[in-house]
Amino acid sequence: MPVQIALWSVAALLATAIVGVARARAAAGRVLVYGTSLAVCGVTILSALIHLLAAGGEAATLALPLGIPWIGARFRIDALAAFFLVVVNLGGAAASLYGIGYGRHEEAPQRVLPFFPAFLAGMNLVVLADDAFTFLLSWEFMSLASWALVMAHHRDAENARAGYIYLVMASFGTLALLLAFGLLAGADGGYTFAAMRAATHAPWVMPLALALLLLGAGSKAGLVPLHVWLPLAHPAAPSHVSALMSGVMTKVAVYGFIRVVFDLIAAPSWWAGMLLLFLGGATALLGILHALMERDFKRLLAYSTIENIGVIFVNLGLALAFQANGFAAAAALALTAALFHALNHSLFKSLLFFGAGAVLSATGTRDMDRLGGLIHRMPATGFAFLVGCVAISALPPLNGFVSEWLTFQAILLSPGLPQWGLKVMVPAVGAVLALSAALVAACFVKAFGVTFLGRARSEVCSAACEVDRIPLIAMGLFATLCLLLGILPGLVIDALAPSVASVLGARMPVQMHVPWLSIVPIAESRSSYNGLLLFAFIAVSAVLAMLVIHRFASRALRRAPPWDCGYPDANPATQYTAVSFAQPVRRVFGTVVFRACEQVRMPPPGSLAPARLDVAQRDLVWDGLYAPLARAIGVASQRLNVLQFLTIRRYLSLVFLALVGLLLVLALWP
Amino acid sequence: MLDLLVQGAQMALVLLLAPLLTGIVRKVKARLLRRRGPSVIQPYRDLLRLARKEAVIAEGASWLFRVAPYLIFAATWVAAALVPTFAIGLTFSWTADLIAIIALLGSARFFLALAGMDVGTSFGGIGASREMLIASLAEPAMLVVVFTVALVAGSTQLSTIAAFMVSPGVGLRVSLGLALIGLVMVAIAENARIPVDNPATHLELTMVHEAMVLEYSGRHLAMIEFAASLKLLLYLSLIACLFAPWGLAGAGASATACAIGLATYLGKLLVGAVALALFETSIAKMRVFRVPDFLGAALMLGLLGTLLLFVSRSL
Repeated sequence: MPVQIALWSVAALLATAIVGVARARAAAGRVLVYGTSLAVCGVTILSALIHLLAAGGEAATLALPLGIPWIGARFRIDALAAFFLVVVNLGGAAASLYGIGYGRHEEAPQRVLPFFPAFLAGMNLVVLADDAFTFLLSWEFMSLASWALVMAHHRDAENARAGYIYLVMASFGTLALLLAFGLLAGADGGYTFAAMRAATHAPWVMPLALALLLLGAGSKAGLVPLHVWLPLAHPAAPSHVSALMSGVMTKVAVYGFIRVVFDLIAAPSWWAGMLLLFLGGATALLGILHALMERDFKRLLAYSTIENIGVIFVNLGLALAFQANGFAAAAALALTAALFHALNHSLFKSLLFFGAGAVLSATGTRDMDRLGGLIHRMPATGFAFLVGCVAISALPPLNGFVSEWLTFQAILLSPGLPQWGLKVMVPAVGAVLALSAALVAACFVKAFGVTFLGRARSEVCSAACEVDRIPLIAMGLFATLCLLLGILPGLVIDALAPSVASVLGARMPVQMHVPWLSIVPIAESRSSYNGLLLFAFIAVSAVLAMLVIHRFASRALRRAPPWDCGYPDANPATQYTAVSFAQPVRRVFGTVVFRACEQVRMPPPGSLAPARLDVAQRDLVWDGLYAPLARAIGVASQRLNVLQFLTIRRYLSLVFLALVGLLLVLALWP
Repeated sequence: MLDLLVQGAQMALVLLLAPLLTGIVRKVKARLLRRRGPSVIQPYRDLLRLARKEAVIAEGASWLFRVAPYLIFAATWVAAALVPTFAIGLTFSWTADLIAIIALLGSARFFLALAGMDVGTSFGGIGASREMLIASLAEPAMLVVVFTVALVAGSTQLSTIAAFMVSPGVGLRVSLGLALIGLVMVAIAENARIPVDNPATHLELTMVHEAMVLEYSGRHLAMIEFAASLKLLLYLSLIACLFAPWGLAGAGASATACAIGLATYLGKLLVGAVALALFETSIAKMRVFRVPDFLGAALMLGLLGTLLLFVSRSL
């Protein structure tokens, strides 16, 4: 039954996409498209939640006579798929709700409306797919629909470049996935997931398939060094689509990875765990350092997505390492942390992108150094954005902290691992995660402080006004969810248990019966955390302190010009900007990671020319990997270009030679 | 009921002791400089005076500026009340473990940095930016120190760790020695003490903490000063509870045990305060861009301690 509901929802989304083509220019079309998407996503969430909680996530399957004749199109919902259906459709529902109001500012609705429901349908289908053909088809459909959305404002040269790089990377990723599935299917062509689960693979298949999978799913998720497209493409789309791409599509990639590595291959090895730990740690640190250097707030959010993907992959690596050594409880803890963080990230990243969209539509600029003081002009958006910033910075009592805390608890269980590589890698990655968590806080103090606090840096924000009510409802909803998940983490952990158990066969202890709704991952003497009480304590102490002071001391308040050590400067340009805020971090970390260098050019005494500070930094991944690759491809295509201008005789001889060569290969093949 | 009373007593105790501790540190520092110095209860008088005054806030300040002091105070107070002072196994000790306590301090700092940027002055910005730089190294250093201690004791729960640390099974360990040095370095940086920051500075360009709170006055400033004192108390209690857990009353202990615990706790605080003052007077403040080296050393010490434990549980 849940499969049927999900498939009908997908069909409804595809139909909405067609309606979107026809009625794109009318205002009613916008409400119709987003409204239907919202309703459909709501239905899917409900059915997936019921399946997950009531039915315990028992696998339900369905085969349709589509696709490859002897396989058909197979669909399946188990606990893992049900959880990711919730993540996808929760993000989809909020983005649709946001879009009802936000879509009004869209200049080219005909380029967004048809693709938005199609994109949602594609992501749902990836999660539902139960054979390699359907999976790849849906994956490619999802990529292409999101590519079309990235190209919504294609006349902008920067967007066109982003779309080009995204298209190349996405096709490359799908190619890698295709090869990975080919390896797993083996020579007999067992393309259904059930056949892949049952098959026994040769020992060389696993590392090769894992490498291909890391290229395919990792490039979609944004793992370093395959992340380069992400900070270009995610911000280029309209903001609610950015929210979907960053908050949800990266999770679909994580789903694909978990599905194949934990479920289909299901032969965990410690070195795979170590590889994931290394990649995850590098991704987390590099992502957040990039985000700190950024002054375009949508790109900042996109880079921070890369950081969060790193955290998720570190957890997946831990889970693999634990599983390989037979530590079932610890593996369950690490995988729960990964899924919890995936859910959390889909919530707060969507929320932050919604806020960024509100700022963008109110001011028309993504450059933080032209903004400032928006908390006065947009109080509700400011508050919601603040909640998102606190949540993503992993500060208690909001949700980001819980998954971070579970990660650290999993790391503390790892000294028992026997392999020396892991013994050295795990504490190092733990320190890297701690470092990146602290840098995230710095990054979001910058993002909120420069955009919303202080004084307006240009006229655009003096004229900004609050967004409509409907986008605010979407933001309020996710802000509330961020708080609820933070103070009631035990419920989430219990809801995740069937998903974890479906791939690992083990789960975390039941949290429901722990007194006071605390969470206890292993044992109470070991560690426990209670977000609800912490929240209550902070709220009560803050209110108490305020009441006591107002009642017994003073509540008089006077406004005056700022003090600023006696030299208040009327010019808002003297404030710290995003670039200047990041300057200390750039000097400490950037000189190594980005080869950043600063040059101060002072005019000679007496000259009236202004002094200049030039900052140059380089993206080493781009310079070291992609630029040489692009150059090599350019050179090769120039050489091969000759082949386009041959005479017919030469073409015929080429064909003949190719034929001979192929026949030779066939004849000599053992 | 009695348990709740003990927990309440602890919350009140940290609140009562925090300004006194600041007063003692200042007094000892003054004596070391051959000044007479203000009385040790001067911080109480300052707080009262500030709280009674009218608060003057800048014209461009938002609601965040007015709410932040209470949030900072509340988060720091809750964190300080969760660190065992005279007894372990308090009623709510399981609410937050050591990692959560550090994160609570992180929440307080987050809002302090935002408040610094709220008015839109250059000093607020410089303070917030530098504070986040220091925090971005101090927090991971603190976390790896916590990893070390947690791996030794097999728990991140402070009560359990303290109970383990008094047990004879601890012995002298290299990793704990490294963790202690790392923790002290972090504590110095986190509390804005010399050589990282100067709590008494009036030279604008060297300020970090003071630059952030420059625009605050009246009751808001009182809250922030109070939170700063609480944070100092928290770190001294933490060092005492982790590395000198002698005399701590056990869970459900008698009144005599609690009294002994209280007396030893006060003694430990006094020793800590004198040691801090001695250290501060004997060293010069370092440039801002030397601080990352200082904290990087703390991070490496903590990491080394953790690595040693991954190599062998007995190190």
